[in-house]
Amino acid sequence: MARSVTTQRKTFNTFLAWVIGLLIFFPILWTVLTSFKSEAQAIADPPVWFFFDWTLENYRVVQERSNYSRFLWNSIIIAGGSTVLGMFIAIPAAWSMAFVPSRQTKNILLWMLSTKMLPAVGVLYPIYLIFIQMGLLDTRVGLTIVLMLINLPIMVWMLYTYFKEIPGEILEAARMDGAGLRQEILYVLTPMAIPGIASTMLLNIILAWNEAFWTLNLTAARAAPLTAFIASYSSPEGLFYAKLSAASTMAIAPILILGWFSQKQLVRGLTFGAVK
Amino acid sequence: MSTKASRSAARLMLAPAVILLLGWMLVPLTMTLIFSFQRYLPLRGGFQGWVGFENYVRFVGSSAFWPAVQSTVIIVGGVLLITVVLGILLAILLDQPMWGQGMVRILVIAPFFVMPTVSGLVWKNMFMDPNNGLLSHLWRFFGADPVIWLSDASMLSIILIVSWQWLPFATLILLTAIQSLDSEQLEAAEMDGAPALSRFRHIILPHLSRAITIVILIQTIFLLAIFAEIFVTTQGSFGTRTLTYLIFQRVLESQNVGLGSAGGIYAVILANIFALFLMRIVGKNLDR
Repeated sequence: MARSVTTQRKTFNTFLAWVIGLLIFFPILWTVLTSFKSEAQAIADPPVWFFFDWTLENYRVVQERSNYSRFLWNSIIIAGGSTVLGMFIAIPAAWSMAFVPSRQTKNILLWMLSTKMLPAVGVLYPIYLIFIQMGLLDTRVGLTIVLMLINLPIMVWMLYTYFKEIPGEILEAARMDGAGLRQEILYVLTPMAIPGIASTMLLNIILAWNEAFWTLNLTAARAAPLTAFIASYSSPEGLFYAKLSAASTMAIAPILILGWFSQKQLVRGLTFGAVK
Repeated sequence: MSTKASRSAARLMLAPAVILLLGWMLVPLTMTLIFSFQRYLPLRGGFQGWVGFENYVRFVGSSAFWPAVQSTVIIVGGVLLITVVLGILLAILLDQPMWGQGMVRILVIAPFFVMPTVSGLVWKNMFMDPNNGLLSHLWRFFGADPVIWLSDASMLSIILIVSWQWLPFATLILLTAIQSLDSEQLEAAEMDGAPALSRFRHIILPHLSRAITIVILIQTIFLLAIFAEIFVTTQGSFGTRTLTYLIFQRVLESQNVGLGSAGGIYAVILANIFALFLMRIVGKNLDR
């Protein structure tokens, strides 16, 4: 980008972009600020911005009253578990399609994508029924499996596009040097594939963390993750803005930070490689 | 690499993913299909006989159906319009030289990482609440009566909340597409004295057309299925009951599984229409 622009124009761009950026970010900023206020300050009119008595009280209350850490732990287990489990299945599949393509590869990829398009509500009752019969309702295992399945197509696709970019010549060169299949996979391919694998896991953790159809419908008290915990604030008693803010801040902070690292992968993962 | 042994090994590596997805798709879908031809009320004795296409007719004939179709179309259409138009403008802006570009981009994409239940409840309470919400403070500051957002302007409210969540997605993808545009072409047009608007119409927009199509298709598929944003705000009242929400209510709230399943099959067919178009584009991309 070597387009020459005047400083004046650049200043204008900067100003406009920052105003819009802050406007879009504002609800998050406001939530974080409110989480440090007292309940009375949280609804004050005119609103208080930065100069109030900052307090950690809400975080303490949320933790003590609702056992926040259990929901957090459920979220971590479900998002992390479904990702790791999914990778065990997705890596071999993507690997074989990228390096040993057949005439069916394209159709299989597209068919996998089509399963992702299946509207969840269309299979809600059958899954619900199967879960009851198998004793999976309101368990972390059940939810881990479902989230793994709904994200499996994205994992396979994303890994496939990454593996496709590993040049075949490198494999040939390794073979010429006398590397066996095992060495080839272990010392040549794996190091090259690690960035792609890491990105895929990152995106998948984000998607699983925020999933809010199955987590709301298949859990009650025991296995509920943060999405369901926050939803319990939809019928509150008394003043609760500051506590809602504290709970929300804790629920989104880890994923917001992970998400900022994954901007590029997000585009690739969610457009199935169609936009890079 | 394609020796016979490696090919069968490859098939073996692929098998678990294919089998799992096949099962995930076929088993519940078949069950839904079977239920949809039954009178099936789990709370009132369960299976009560086969009824042919009665559920399909009743689902479409119920007084809730057309309003649900209407809300679905308005919400999906409204969100698409807002996110695509603003997304294009924002992507062009973010592509310009400026100070702190990376930081602005981080601010803009942040909402995408907020879980739907959080964004639903934060907007509902802290912004749209008629007494204590920030918007009501703002309205009062200008001497106006606060809007009772989620009942008086329910559709607009849902569209706003969902657009806020999806604008980052559209912007990010369109920005990625713009950045792949050959800047020499733009410079040449600029030097030839083409005004900004015609540069936009004749160079940028055509370049973006594929990315725009992809954004529309992917968002449509996800937007048809929005659930949590409605679940924690209006619960489908005040005209915000979408098709997805209607089916959810039929199946889990009123436990009329036969009727809900027929609705589910409609939803599957609808989603597949959009999915077909999306897969065409993605498939073409695979060949390149």
